[in-house]
Amino acid sequence: MAAVAPLLATQALSKHFGGLAAVREVSLQIQSGEIRAIIGPNGAGKTTLVGMICGRHVPSSGRILYRGSDITALRPWQRLRLGIAYTFQVTSIFKGLSCYENVALPAQRGLMQGFFARLAPGEPAVAARVRAALEAVGLADLAGQRADELAYGHQRLLELAMALATGPQLLILDEPTQGLAEGEITAFCALIRRVAEQATVLLIEHNMQVVLALARRVTVMDAGEILAEGTPAEIERHPAVQKAYLGR
Amino acid sequence: MSAGRRILALHLGVLAALLLLQFALPPYHHTNVARILVLAGYAIGYNVLLGYTGLMSLGHAMFFAAGMYGAGLPVYYLGVGAPAAFGLGLASGVGLALAFGLMALRTSGPSFLIVSLMFAQALFLATLYFNDVTLGDQGFILSDKLAPLGLGGAQFGFHEPGVKYNVALAIFAACLATALALRLSALGRVLIGIRENEERTRLLGYDSFRYKLVALGVSGALASAAGAGYALLFSYVGSTFASILFSIYPLLWTLLGGVGTVLGPLLGTALMFYLVDTVSGVTSSYLLFVGAALIALVLWFPQGLLGTVRSRWLPWLP
Repeated sequence: MAAVAPLLATQALSKHFGGLAAVREVSLQIQSGEIRAIIGPNGAGKTTLVGMICGRHVPSSGRILYRGSDITALRPWQRLRLGIAYTFQVTSIFKGLSCYENVALPAQRGLMQGFFARLAPGEPAVAARVRAALEAVGLADLAGQRADELAYGHQRLLELAMALATGPQLLILDEPTQGLAEGEITAFCALIRRVAEQATVLLIEHNMQVVLALARRVTVMDAGEILAEGTPAEIERHPAVQKAYLGR
Repeated sequence: MSAGRRILALHLGVLAALLLLQFALPPYHHTNVARILVLAGYAIGYNVLLGYTGLMSLGHAMFFAAGMYGAGLPVYYLGVGAPAAFGLGLASGVGLALAFGLMALRTSGPSFLIVSLMFAQALFLATLYFNDVTLGDQGFILSDKLAPLGLGGAQFGFHEPGVKYNVALAIFAACLATALALRLSALGRVLIGIRENEERTRLLGYDSFRYKLVALGVSGALASAAGAGYALLFSYVGSTFASILFSIYPLLWTLLGGVGTVLGPLLGTALMFYLVDTVSGVTSSYLLFVGAALIALVLWFPQGLLGTVRSRWLPWLP
């Protein structure tokens, strides 16, 4: 595995909020095509870590490499153009707009290259991308619906559709199944497996069933550091993990 | 009829109605409507920033005044013709908007409001301070300095009501078309994303600062076009138009007509103009009635008149 350059690597990445070290010297490598889960108790620094990867937070120290080049100094919109998409832990959709408009905003991004395309990327092309993204998550019939009128589970799916519409190569999902019903979770796992055929997925997840069903490798964080990393089976057996996280 | 055609038909219909209206209006209202059209262009510019981008400014008078002085001073001192003066006014407004934006757009929300207010006050005070040039709050008259517009051999003097009305309508139509095109464009979609949730928009790949700067530039362009047009058509330039009152007016007009609707600013400007006009014939404390109208608005139509129409009956209204 060491021979293949990772899609994403963090090197001794740290983030301090005042005196609090939310993330401490985390070095993480994610290979192209994998589904990686990050687990850990609340406050372990998971969201802060992925926030630094997608550009929401500026690291206090350390570097982020994407396809071998340093992206530490890039702003969030520049990282998105490189293919790094993020879905929020707390659903962050445009509530006053229709599902169509929610997805159209990220969908037109990739079409706005060059001066004239920037002004008018062509609504049919945008519409085709919107339709594809909404169909992927099963919301095509609700395109005209206002986002705040959707059921909670559908809002989570809309959030995912927005990320998919950007054509991501690295899709970061922050607790995507939080608050979903049992049946919805099963459908969601199937959806993520389909997405993973095209993109690398980095998943923060509390639900161990989802982690075991999806992830090929699992990284365990606690108190801002990586506690362990391995296959789901290895992680389940890991004594420190059982003590710190699984509570056995 | 498709949504796009319906929208186009509605706005062309409004412009056609305004074109025909001039033949039906008595002279007094003829001038009033010309004034309303120019001021509505100003309100449309204000709405580009508040309604589409979600940035509330309390300093838009500086852009209106930049257009006004940018057009008026060259006419008064250099005898520049109307088209060139209009261009200079427009350039002054856009230049000011971009320079102001580079500094002020580091702030947002209430801080942006206060910074815009401070910049506008600085410009207002400058028009008083340099009163040997600007003639301060007394202002100056352009009518004897401004050459009539020549078009295909014919001469059109700005004092003629018909010229006033149709030039005002042309300025209004240009503002309306700009706002509508922006609203329906990819750029407009980004601005609305910024209004609804700026951080999300940044994480969807948009450098929000640049887009806000563009919005401010467009808003400043429309406001200064209205200011330049107002100076040329109504022949007067004075500090009053740079005062805070002229920053508050477009906010009130936009709130009344419907924030974030394309036609709302026209409706709001017209209603408020005639409210003030009617009431001040009866009493000098007309602001009391303006206040009462605003309270009624907040209580029963918080989205403004066209905003309410849109959310209840016409969801396709841009």
